[in-house]
Amino acid sequence: MIRFIIYRLLGAIVVIWIVSVVTFLIFQAVPLLSHTNPVYFYTGKVPFKPGSPQLKALTHRFGFDLPLYAQYWHYLSGILFGQTITDGVSVPIKCPAPCFGYSFRQNELVGTLIAQAVPVSLSLIVGSAILWLVGGVSVGTISGLRPGSAIDRIGMTGSLAAVSLPIFFTGPVLLLIFEYTLGWLPDVSYAPITQNPVQWLRSMILPWVSLAFLFAALYARLTRSNMLETMSEDYIRTARAKGLDRRTVVIKHGLRAALTPIVTIFGIDVGTLVGTTVITENVFNLRGLGFLTISSIQQQDLPIILGVTIVAAVALVVANFVVDILYAVVDPRVTV
Amino acid sequence: MTITSPVPSAASTDPGVFLSVEDLRVHFPTDDGLVKSVDGLTFDLRRGEILGIVGESGSGKSVTAQAILGLHKGSKAKISGHIWLDGQDLVPASEDDMRAVRGSEIAMIFQDPLSSLHPFYTIGNQISEAYRVHNKVSGRDARKRTIEMLEKVGIPNAAARYSDYPHQFSGGMRQRAMIAMALICEPKLLIADEPTTALDVTVQAQILELIKELRNELNSAVILITHDLGVVAETCDHVVVMYGGQAVEKGPVADLFDVPEMPYTWGLLSSMPRMDRVRQTRLTPIPGSPPSLIQVPKGCVFNPRCRFSDRVEGNRCFTVHPDLLPTAPGHEVRCHIDPEERRQILLTEIRPNL
Ligand SMILES: Nc1ncnc2c1ncn2[C@@H]1O[C@H](COP(=O)(O)OP(=O)(O)O)[C@@H](O)[C@H]1O
Ligand code: SF4
Ligand SMILES: [Mg+2]
Repeated sequence: MIRFIIYRLLGAIVVIWIVSVVTFLIFQAVPLLSHTNPVYFYTGKVPFKPGSPQLKALTHRFGFDLPLYAQYWHYLSGILFGQTITDGVSVPIKCPAPCFGYSFRQNELVGTLIAQAVPVSLSLIVGSAILWLVGGVSVGTISGLRPGSAIDRIGMTGSLAAVSLPIFFTGPVLLLIFEYTLGWLPDVSYAPITQNPVQWLRSMILPWVSLAFLFAALYARLTRSNMLETMSEDYIRTARAKGLDRRTVVIKHGLRAALTPIVTIFGIDVGTLVGTTVITENVFNLRGLGFLTISSIQQQDLPIILGVTIVAAVALVVANFVVDILYAVVDPRVTV
Repeated sequence: MTITSPVPSAASTDPGVFLSVEDLRVHFPTDDGLVKSVDGLTFDLRRGEILGIVGESGSGKSVTAQAILGLHKGSKAKISGHIWLDGQDLVPASEDDMRAVRGSEIAMIFQDPLSSLHPFYTIGNQISEAYRVHNKVSGRDARKRTIEMLEKVGIPNAAARYSDYPHQFSGGMRQRAMIAMALICEPKLLIADEPTTALDVTVQAQILELIKELRNELNSAVILITHDLGVVAETCDHVVVMYGGQAVEKGPVADLFDVPEMPYTWGLLSSMPRMDRVRQTRLTPIPGSPPSLIQVPKGCVFNPRCRFSDRVEGNRCFTVHPDLLPTAPGHEVRCHIDPEERRQILLTEIRPNL
């Protein structure tokens, strides 16, 4: 097991390293392909004439004139060890590790911006993940145990509807009902859980539901088909032949097997959501990673895009790593 | 155990009979039509006896076994007839009543021990679970009993292998573990559905030996389902030959091998490899394939494949369904050909080629 974990860990590190190289190269390529001085993507303006000695000096200060490997090392060492950032005009800024650079547009360290957004994103993702997992698996299990029954049809029609409805529809509808019409949630502005848990819950409940709605539908269908398949397995017949009661047969023998593959999908889904819950964040005015991504793309704020990309990639790799370990724990056949 | 049954205990006239299956029918409604998997099956079984049920695949053997265990309850299957177990009818019994019977009175082992064991639980866990359903004992006692059972079925190092998962066992060991699981509550009836089909020949012999030993020890009744007549010859006391959901010949093992009278049984015997002597002719598998259970042939079920249907006058093989009639004590045959003539055919046309 230890060896397995170390292997996977090494694998994860390699993947993250590759991601760092690829993102680095992409953001090298962008200025090149758009014939723009890279300084523009850092400061939002090119303060001096092209070819002027001042611009050359600035380019030099940012290190854009260095060879590629040196620039990469600069970028990597910034993340690993921190660095000091300066545009040559303002006071130099200390950027501790992991330093993702500085947004001259927002006048803020990228790390700080990300650190502000992460709790919002995590609140959203974790909460809705719990909701959709519990909801989807319950509906799917009940449906899968009685295929073709009325309850199965209601569950599956409902989930078909849920997959088809986009968040930019369900979100506003939920807001319309609960905030404006019923008035149950008069103020849904975000508050950190550490400062005001009640307000945090109030601000999160609708985003959770609308995001979970979509995923719950997928999980219900998945659980149903796994359950159907599992319940016709030979070992379920063996369990019945022992004289076990239905509950034990369904939960201990059926659900245990039906849910195992869902572990994988769940982990990947959660990992993928980091940085991509753009629509939900927009609809509910949450300042999470998705929001940060979109606004920085709109403003061509390269350092932020770079930082968020790395964070999202790391989240996915970590999710993968956790899933691998978890899978080895839940499925004894996985050789470790 | 109590089984509430609306039908009074009337069962068989013979008091020694432990299991009596009477005109059992198991029909499955499907989109293609009604599948008559078992259609009017009758047989008796005593404790200490091993009954073989033979027949090609698709003849309804497994469906019969599962019906006895009540495993079709809760499905769409339509079941009629009686399954008298020790005088009580299991056909009308509820799922709850059957639950009390399963594992404790009747236990079953299946063809493929790998897929029949849960991949995510240890062998020990699965066997002790079978014990704890019917016995209020502590986890430690269940574990002790499980290890005893594993030793009894010949698993070396049983205590250490308790925590192994099924995939860590070999095929033969898995089937031994299944047998330990089936026998842990000392059932009075053991149903083994092709227990050795997935195993190689040496292991097969060991498993059959084990079943016989345990039968002797517990004095259980055993139903051994197989499509291998060799297994029947070695192991069983009585045989039911099934074809198309029906019994076509029934009798003591000796009769079935010495004086078989039904053309289908002849076919099975001709396609059976002999260990004891050199065959005069090549193995001849029965030409054709088993009948559709949705559109069962009119008349005799075996008629499309039977070489002898022209020996019966008036085309009766194709119009009249033959009854299962006694031909000798305990020996019954379902065929229109006159018993005298059947014996003649056996002597002159079949025996020389076996
Ligand atoms: N649940 C079911 N629904 C419909 N048909 C079934 C079902 N179970 C078994 N059958 C059919 O019944 C026939 C007998 O099957 P089975 O008893 O498994 O044969 P075997 O003698 O090989 O054990 C087969 O043709 C099979 O397709
Ligand atoms: S009844 Fe006719 S078809 Fe059936 S086995 Fe006898 S001879 Fe063959
Ligand atoms: Mg079978």
